[in-house]
Amino acid sequence: MNPQLLLAIPLAPLIAAVIAGLFGRYIGRVATHSITIAGVALACGLSLYMTWLSYWGHVPSFNGPVYTWLVSDGVHMQVGFLIDRLTTLMMSVVTFVSLCVHVYTIGYMRDDPGYTRFFSYISLFTFGMLMLVMANNFMQLFFGWEAVGVVSYLLIGFWYTRPSAIFANLKAFLVNRVGDLGFIIGIAALFSYTHSLSYQAAFAAAPHLAHQTLPVFGGVNALTLICICLFIGAMGKSAQVPLHVWLPDSMEGPTPISALIHAATMVTAGVYMVARMSPLFEYSSTALSFVLVIGATNALFMGILGVINNDIKRVIAYSTLSQLGYMVAALGASAYAAGIFHLMTHACFKALLFLAAGSVIIAMHHEQDMRKMGGLGKYMPITAATCWIGGLSLVAFPFFSGYYSKDAIIEAVGLSHRWGSTYAYWCLLLGAYVTSLYTFRLLFMTFHGEERFRNVHAEHDAHGGHGAHEPRENSLVVTLPLIALAIPSVILGYFTVGKVLYGNYFGRAIMVLPQHNVLARMARDFHGPFELGLRGFLSVPFALVVAGLVTAWLFVLKRPQWADAAAVKFAWLKRILDQKYYFDWFNERLLAPLARGVGFGLWKVGDQGLIDGALVNGTAKSVGGIGGVVRRVQSGYLYSYAFWIVIGLAALLGWFMLRA
Amino acid sequence: MITLGDILTLSAILFALAVAGIFLNRKNVILLLMCVELLLLAANFNFIAFSRMLGNLTGQVFVFFVLTVAAAESAIGLAILVVLFRERRSINVEDMNTLKG
Repeated sequence: MNPQLLLAIPLAPLIAAVIAGLFGRYIGRVATHSITIAGVALACGLSLYMTWLSYWGHVPSFNGPVYTWLVSDGVHMQVGFLIDRLTTLMMSVVTFVSLCVHVYTIGYMRDDPGYTRFFSYISLFTFGMLMLVMANNFMQLFFGWEAVGVVSYLLIGFWYTRPSAIFANLKAFLVNRVGDLGFIIGIAALFSYTHSLSYQAAFAAAPHLAHQTLPVFGGVNALTLICICLFIGAMGKSAQVPLHVWLPDSMEGPTPISALIHAATMVTAGVYMVARMSPLFEYSSTALSFVLVIGATNALFMGILGVINNDIKRVIAYSTLSQLGYMVAALGASAYAAGIFHLMTHACFKALLFLAAGSVIIAMHHEQDMRKMGGLGKYMPITAATCWIGGLSLVAFPFFSGYYSKDAIIEAVGLSHRWGSTYAYWCLLLGAYVTSLYTFRLLFMTFHGEERFRNVHAEHDAHGGHGAHEPRENSLVVTLPLIALAIPSVILGYFTVGKVLYGNYFGRAIMVLPQHNVLARMARDFHGPFELGLRGFLSVPFALVVAGLVTAWLFVLKRPQWADAAAVKFAWLKRILDQKYYFDWFNERLLAPLARGVGFGLWKVGDQGLIDGALVNGTAKSVGGIGGVVRRVQSGYLYSYAFWIVIGLAALLGWFMLRA
Repeated sequence: MITLGDILTLSAILFALAVAGIFLNRKNVILLLMCVELLLLAANFNFIAFSRMLGNLTGQVFVFFVLTVAAAESAIGLAILVVLFRERRSINVEDMNTLKG
């Protein structure tokens, strides 16, 4: 592969972002979105071309530097690319979703004063994400990691006049710092052993590291510690318990970025990173068990929170958390390919769901509460249809994309013999029911049933506001991305499952030890996607999906009063869920005040007391004090000086004579 | 016969008188200058005494230099004194205590 061509992929969005960011005000809106879309489209086209090359073209993977930034003590810090099938797949997903979101934004942000700024940010995000994905060394990985984090921060706080947005973006930033601390410790630990930043050196050292012990916490396996530290970074970025708290709040940002950053691409960076580091993780069963348990916990318990939420975007956000949990659990079961496969299908259908939610939000004049919607299917047929497709894909309805990836994960975890896999399997299985419950609840509440938005408008009228208006379908720039994403949400899984999941598509990009390879065992039972789809109708997860569908139908459409009755009967449970398992309470009431207290103490005692008080001002004060005493000797009278001179001379001579 | 010891004794007495003059005098700056001259003279006596004893003229040559410098120093000292008197209308030593931190 041509390095110049590869370099063009991340640089095209970067250049577009710079132009849009610096000159957007002068060149106007149309020019801005044309340039950024052209940049991302170029990146998308080249990424798809690279995918084609790496698979059908049988071009060997590329691994090499394109620019050396600096060399220090034999350590090369450089920009380098590692392009294999894992990378090209991820690049295609990122740029394709990014392209859809760029087009969609034209419609969504039409009336926003920050139009050009927004385009600049999302192009910049695409650049950062591509740098992260294409990296062949840890420095560039970390650069991309932080770059997407910064853009995420900027975009969550895009409407910076809202206090809630500022709170949310600060929260996201701080929580990610916790994860990044682990991440950088992991990189540093790896660096201290291999003395190189490249992936290659790290992967080569992995089998050796697995037998080394670090003298911390009473001696831990070096590789386990490194892997867990790296995974803590992934937990921050991919919003895994307990570092998940920022993701629901990040919905304060505009919907297009919720789709792009907080559903399809950035939050999956952690999943991608762990898959990329599979040669490291594979040698540490302890770390993988940790990954498995965290992922499974996320998959079930975050999904449950989606059931009780009424904000359409937050429901999808909790769904994202839950689906990320599925991906992470797949990684923990050594089914990396399944995790990446789910990442790919999830990127399509979750971006679709978010964009459809955004379409609904536009039609409802920026109302996000599902209790004020209902019956919209009649007025917005394209949005409703695509949203249903996304929903069916999400609940893993057979033959939809999500089915192939999600069922594979549940099965892989079921087959795994790793510590914690039984717990994980039950979590994921119950998660299937929960997923179905919240998804159909969302669909029913939004697109079907009573048209509750009319009541809201009636209130408006009572206040002399604008007249009642019917919600209507959005323009083509909004619906076109929906359709573009709906197609892969349906067919992508069917056509790629054989290759990506069971065909050893990734080759050497993902390393799995033979004794852990659950996917190879599943591949023996695989007889084509059609047969697999048919088998889906008889599986346990499908029964749970139907159960979820029925439950949602009963509680939302048929007997809405049951939901209220249940809320009263299980008030204690509802309280726990309303408080989101008290994570926010814990963070805001205990952790943050504790940290602030420690900081305040260190500031008052350590900085102001010890350093400023004792060392800096203390020195000055002691000099002044001694001077104050000594100055009394200086009377100003010449005779007293002379007297002291003579006394001194006499003393010196006396001492001299006595000594002799 | 005048011995070395006699001359050194004389010089020591002169020196002690000069030092005592500097310490005890609280009124007159001119007296201070005179005491400084006396200090130098005491030192000169030593020079001459040792020069004579050792039969070496170098010490006596030094005395001329010292006397010259002392004369120049007194001239400058008196000039400063005149300026000081104009400025302060006083040559009282007790008033001159501004040389302190």
